[in-house]
Amino acid sequence: MIHARGLTKTYTLKKTSVDAVRGVDLDVEPGQLVAFLGPNGAGKSTCLRMLTGLLPPTSGTARVAGHDVTTEAAAVRARIGYIGQKGGAGEAFRIGDELVTQGRCYGMTRRAARSRAEELLTVVGLDGMFARKPSTLSGGQRRRLDIALGLMNRPPLLFLDEPSTGLDPASRADIWSHILRLRADHGTTLFLTTHYLEEADAMAERVVVIDQGRIIADGTARRLKADLAGDRLTVTLHDPADVPRAAEIAAGLPGAAGLASDGPRLTLRVAAADRALPEFVRALDAAGLKIDTAESSRPTLDDVFLALTGRTIQDEEA
Amino acid sequence: MTFLRDTATIFSREFAPVWRDPLSLVFTMAQPLLFLYLFGPLLENGTDTPGPAWQWFVPGILIMMCLSGPLMAGYFLLLDLIGGSMERLLVTPVSRTALLVGRTLKEFVVLLAQAVLIIGLAVPLGLDPHVPGVLTGLTLLVVFGIGLGGLSFVLAIVSAPGGELFYGVTQVVMFPLLLLSGVLLPVENGPGWLQVAAAVNPVTYVVEAERALFAGRFLDAPVLWGAAAAVVTALLGLHLARRRMARGL
Repeated sequence: MIHARGLTKTYTLKKTSVDAVRGVDLDVEPGQLVAFLGPNGAGKSTCLRMLTGLLPPTSGTARVAGHDVTTEAAAVRARIGYIGQKGGAGEAFRIGDELVTQGRCYGMTRRAARSRAEELLTVVGLDGMFARKPSTLSGGQRRRLDIALGLMNRPPLLFLDEPSTGLDPASRADIWSHILRLRADHGTTLFLTTHYLEEADAMAERVVVIDQGRIIADGTARRLKADLAGDRLTVTLHDPADVPRAAEIAAGLPGAAGLASDGPRLTLRVAAADRALPEFVRALDAAGLKIDTAESSRPTLDDVFLALTGRTIQDEEA
Repeated sequence: MTFLRDTATIFSREFAPVWRDPLSLVFTMAQPLLFLYLFGPLLENGTDTPGPAWQWFVPGILIMMCLSGPLMAGYFLLLDLIGGSMERLLVTPVSRTALLVGRTLKEFVVLLAQAVLIIGLAVPLGLDPHVPGVLTGLTLLVVFGIGLGGLSFVLAIVSAPGGELFYGVTQVVMFPLLLLSGVLLPVENGPGWLQVAAAVNPVTYVVEAERALFAGRFLDAPVLWGAAAAVVTALLGLHLARRRMARGL
């Protein structure tokens, strides 16, 4: 559905050139839900704008929905939907009129656009609001209107730029239920950017991490976490003097790495904490070492980002 | 064909709010109406103007509207650029040129409606319009408006997303252009430097042309100069706007 090769964007800002995107290769198969993750300024939005034909790439090529974004822009545009970061509906217009305009931009007749608009307003739970203006809607309702605008042309591929940013938790969950339903009902390929790590973790089957204009990791959230961050075990020994012996035992666990101690506390990374923890506790017990606490924790995507770049995503945004 | 359909789509989008609330048309022309009723009578009995006062003043009011109308077109575009609706439309296959032409057309229709209203209101006050001249004058107004609209679109695009540049430039440029065009009072009565400044202001020529046309003097030199100024402005505005659109937003 998306095939990008060597996609690059260089801006010139005040006579210095800024490499926003440096050689991105990306393949997305039909029906996938891909979360594009990275700190602000990493090149997420620039990539999205190039893939949707909003911005001409400096170099490289991209085929989106079967057509080249540069040479066959019109064919690409007809086949994709895009939900930007900012609200898509103009403030001066009735929301139904905006939906009809959107449909007519895709070449629908006024009548077809009108019936599609009514249909979509019902789908996103805004039925009866055809004649309202965007200013009378709540934040969550506006976002649902944006989704409706992005779906007018029944796109097989939908881009979403930070779809849930700035919404309260209930509205976020609601937006997600709409997004996931799209996929279940129509097999829509979804490509979205987010900086809510837990969302990418929970919803996307594939996570692509971008930093400083380059893709630095690509895989399922589970895989990335296992490969790049690993699970974490922490035990507190009753006697701090036992720490070196406990560390020897820990080193023998499958996939053990990153051993560190702090007073009576010993931490390490392992491949699968659920299996390693009981084994570790039994081995310590067999060696006659007494422990007070033992816990395992699963890594977050933030740990993945930290492992990859040495920085946390939140650091970047601060 | 697609271009015409797209232009119609954008025109009807932009025009719908006016259509649904025609009174807004009158509210947005508050300034020219105030000038017509509160400033025009001051000229009526004076000897400030060459020729009959209303004949001289009404074309000026139309130019005033012609300057502020396209400015509003840029302002509305800026709002759509600051919000996400322009971006949303740009992702659709709609023609990029149609996005601007459709908007410009809407400003024309509004400008023409307001111009006709002003002329209609000025007749009882003492305006004696030469009908073919007025029609030609309105055409000239529209051509000039296209160019100003194009320039105002470019300004809106380069000002987004902040918008400060747009407000700044329009404040700094609009009033001098207006005052130096002899819209309100004849510049011939002013000092020499002011007359020089007026002579390099394209708006001056359009105003002079409108005055000649309203009096039915088709063959006057100012008509030619004014038409040239309007056409050059239109070509320049359209060219810059198209070029800026091609670079992507």
